[in-house]
Amino acid sequence: MTETLALFVALLAELFPNGISHYAIGGLFVGLGVAVIYVGTAIPAGASTFLESTLSYGSSLSRFQQYRPSRDWRVVFTVGIVLGAAVYAVTVSPQDGLWTTDVQWWRLLVGGILIGIGTRVGKGCTSGHGVCGVGSVSSASFVGVATFLFVAIGTAQLVQAVGVVP
Amino acid sequence: MSAEHEQHPLFLPLVFVGGLIFGFGLGFSHMAQPEVVLSFLQFTDFGLLFVMFGAAIVTGITFFGVKQFRSTAPLTGAVYGRRLKSLDRNVVIGGGIFGVGWGLSGICPGAAYASLGIGNFPILYGIVGMFIGAYIQGFWRSTRAESTAPTTAAD
Repeated sequence: MTETLALFVALLAELFPNGISHYAIGGLFVGLGVAVIYVGTAIPAGASTFLESTLSYGSSLSRFQQYRPSRDWRVVFTVGIVLGAAVYAVTVSPQDGLWTTDVQWWRLLVGGILIGIGTRVGKGCTSGHGVCGVGSVSSASFVGVATFLFVAIGTAQLVQAVGVVP
Repeated sequence: MSAEHEQHPLFLPLVFVGGLIFGFGLGFSHMAQPEVVLSFLQFTDFGLLFVMFGAAIVTGITFFGVKQFRSTAPLTGAVYGRRLKSLDRNVVIGGGIFGVGWGLSGICPGAAYASLGIGNFPILYGIVGMFIGAYIQGFWRSTRAESTAPTTAAD
């Protein structure tokens, strides 16, 4: 019995070397942010529609103009996200506020382009499909999440295997 | 086609507060740091599962629970519904393209906005990339829609 428990603790330490509390608490806040907006407006807000709705300010393409009714509040939502993270950086963890990523710029840029295409073609991102869609028990979102999760794992493992670090 | 926020004076303040909480959570969960997301995808730290499913449980309870108390939202009058999208080929194709981008960079849209707020300025490469990608697919799909239905006006 004690051996089983010790094995379980060791397994947890192996799977979660940095603990789980900040992940779980952070996740609850992410869900709470969505919930606050939903209760007031019935809108399940995702993060990636902002990319297209914001392009409607400068482009007359029909694909972007369809998001015109929501583009203003999506800007406000995104500004809120940026400032909310800034509040975290200056209050909870000032020392963490000083880091910048070591992931190479071309990975961010090329990855960003693929994310821009993929989230919009695929009807959602980690918040739209992953949080709102899964929370809605939507079969399209389960398929979407499973797809991008498995492909991302394969890609990240491949990138690491060919020696691209960081 | 009026803007959605014109419906109630508290609409935009509420969206802003929701965004603040959302962004705070992304910072707190370390998802704004690409290295942490990559450590999940490379199987050295599975904490991301707690973030995504923890958040989904909260939204799930809210989406299903709020309907027990009222049928329409106070600020919009809209009926409470679930986030349902039609399941077609695009979900898999787009999800696959997004997956390659996510796995290559360790960033996703919401976490990238949050990362900017933390002061991680190199994330701008990723955010600029996302706008370029969104534009590419929008341009392609808009022109394709026009060539197949030339007389249909945009909505």
